[in-house]
Amino acid sequence: MIRIHDVTRRFGQVTALDGVSLDIEEGEFFALLGPSGCGKTTLLRVLAGFETPDSGTVSLDGRDLLGVPAHRRPVNLMFQSYALFPHMSVENNIAYGLARERLPRADIRARVAAVLETVGLTAEARRRPHQLSGGQRQRVALARAIVKRPRLLLLDEPLSALDRHARAEMQLELKRLQHEAGITFLVVTHDQEEAMSLADRIAVLDRGRVHQVDTPVELYRHPRGRFVAGFAGANNVFSGRLLPSGGLDVPGVGVLPAPAGDTAGLVAVRPENIRLAAEGANAPLPGTVLDISYFGGSSRIAVTVPGLDRPVLLTVPGPATVTSGARVALSWDPDSAVLIEKTGDTPCPDP
Amino acid sequence: MVLRGKAGSGPRPRARFLLIGPGFAYLVVLLLLPLALLACYTVFQRGRFGGIAYADGVTGENFSRIADSLYAGVLVDSLRIAAITTVLALVLGYPTAYVIARLPRRWRTVALILVVLPFWTNFLIRTHAWIALLSSQGVVNTALTGIGIADRPLELLYTDSAVVVGLLYAHLPLMVLPLYSAIERVDTRLLEASADLGARPARTFWSVTLPLTLPGALTGCVFVFVPSLGNFVVPELLGGGRTVMVGNVIKDQFLTARDWPFGSVLALALVASLVLLLMAQAWARRRLWGR
Repeated sequence: MIRIHDVTRRFGQVTALDGVSLDIEEGEFFALLGPSGCGKTTLLRVLAGFETPDSGTVSLDGRDLLGVPAHRRPVNLMFQSYALFPHMSVENNIAYGLARERLPRADIRARVAAVLETVGLTAEARRRPHQLSGGQRQRVALARAIVKRPRLLLLDEPLSALDRHARAEMQLELKRLQHEAGITFLVVTHDQEEAMSLADRIAVLDRGRVHQVDTPVELYRHPRGRFVAGFAGANNVFSGRLLPSGGLDVPGVGVLPAPAGDTAGLVAVRPENIRLAAEGANAPLPGTVLDISYFGGSSRIAVTVPGLDRPVLLTVPGPATVTSGARVALSWDPDSAVLIEKTGDTPCPDP
Repeated sequence: MVLRGKAGSGPRPRARFLLIGPGFAYLVVLLLLPLALLACYTVFQRGRFGGIAYADGVTGENFSRIADSLYAGVLVDSLRIAAITTVLALVLGYPTAYVIARLPRRWRTVALILVVLPFWTNFLIRTHAWIALLSSQGVVNTALTGIGIADRPLELLYTDSAVVVGLLYAHLPLMVLPLYSAIERVDTRLLEASADLGARPARTFWSVTLPLTLPGALTGCVFVFVPSLGNFVVPELLGGGRTVMVGNVIKDQFLTARDWPFGSVLALALVASLVLLLMAQAWARRRLWGR
């Protein structure tokens, strides 16, 4: 539905978007994930019409979008700051966009009432934005955007201003609304958990470039490249050479469990896939427990391994059974080690 | 350890007193005391050569004279001229302030300095310059007759219009500055949100920018209206003897008619009407914008 092709935008020396191409499908919940300054907000502003790219094209349903001024685009943006009109009541804020479509008053009133019901703010209809809580303001901003029934709804860090509890509630709410309204959602976030829980597909951006576009599960299981592996959940990344007989030969450490291969590269192992055993057990990786963080449902343990410059992270369910300073051994299934990037001079037979 | 007020509550009482003291004392001595003196004058009778004849006892007749149609007419004329000046200042000042607020940052500073530049020259000299511009042999008339637009000099000076022009010229910066600061403070994201919701630029201006800058416009109106109403230099120089405003009458009562008690009544009436105006403005502001 939305086709972004080779879009580049520079601000002076900074390249905010560097040849970005994306296809977003009708009815999809799509997330742009990346650290701050990766260009995701610039891309959102290009789609909304507040920013013109230096090169590249954007089309909606096959028709060029860049030549259309912001106020004529069938695209609405929910601002990170909400940008509610402070001099208007909640209902007037929501009615504003409908009044611009010159709809009959009765229709406007009906649609405003319906959307207020949906977001649960009927009682607050006549309040001013400054009389609302953060979560309520956020719902007004959302209502103001969806009441227009746009083809594409853009959400800029929609949950960043909410506390943990309101966030979880609002995530479910967003999913439900997206499902009910059938609107294509494009959400921008720096929070990988948020992106994973909300989106059908995620594009990972860094420094203006798209690193990977995939479903949350694929992104989690098969990250491509060190950046994605690190950003989409804390991965342990090992650099070495895959052996034809199986295993990853890491210089100075030894052979670690990994699938068979014959290339040099980076291998990622997720913290929850690593098993902890007592020292001396038949495990390939001996180390010392550095520290333990307890999260209630699980614990995260950092283990220093001689020969590796970073501690290996692993998670175990419940409280940890080891203490800081204990000598332990680590292991994992070869299948849970994923080759994320080929490196080095070894010519590899690419498919 | 010494316990103090909660953090961020500003200077402590003694420091607060020291900070506010000098300015406050200045205002008390030079504003409130003279006002009290004026209030005192109003109930006495005039002295023969000016001043107050305290020995003749108190009277209420100074107040009844204000109802005289002569003075009521002057007050109405003054209000009318000050109102016209204020409206013109708003109409001319808003676009100016709007453009300045949208300039690149360093050009904004240059433009603001240009706006207040006239204040660097003496007010009397600037007003006299208008006589040179508007008189029958003045620059404007010479140009008009020279080009042939007018066959004989137009009567520009010593009219109500000349007074309005002079007052407008004197007070326009006082309109532009508060408007500029109000327009500059409008969050550009609100303008983007308006466009995003389907509003053309003109609609965004009427529905978002203008309502959000009305407090600034109101402040500018008060800044222009108040000194325009009391001004006596401009009507005297540019209005000749023909346009009389409250300020002129008050000045005449003190300096020419030597009727200090009645001059005091008029002066206090002017102050009172301005206080009422400011209270109305504060009320409107609270009512409309909740602050």
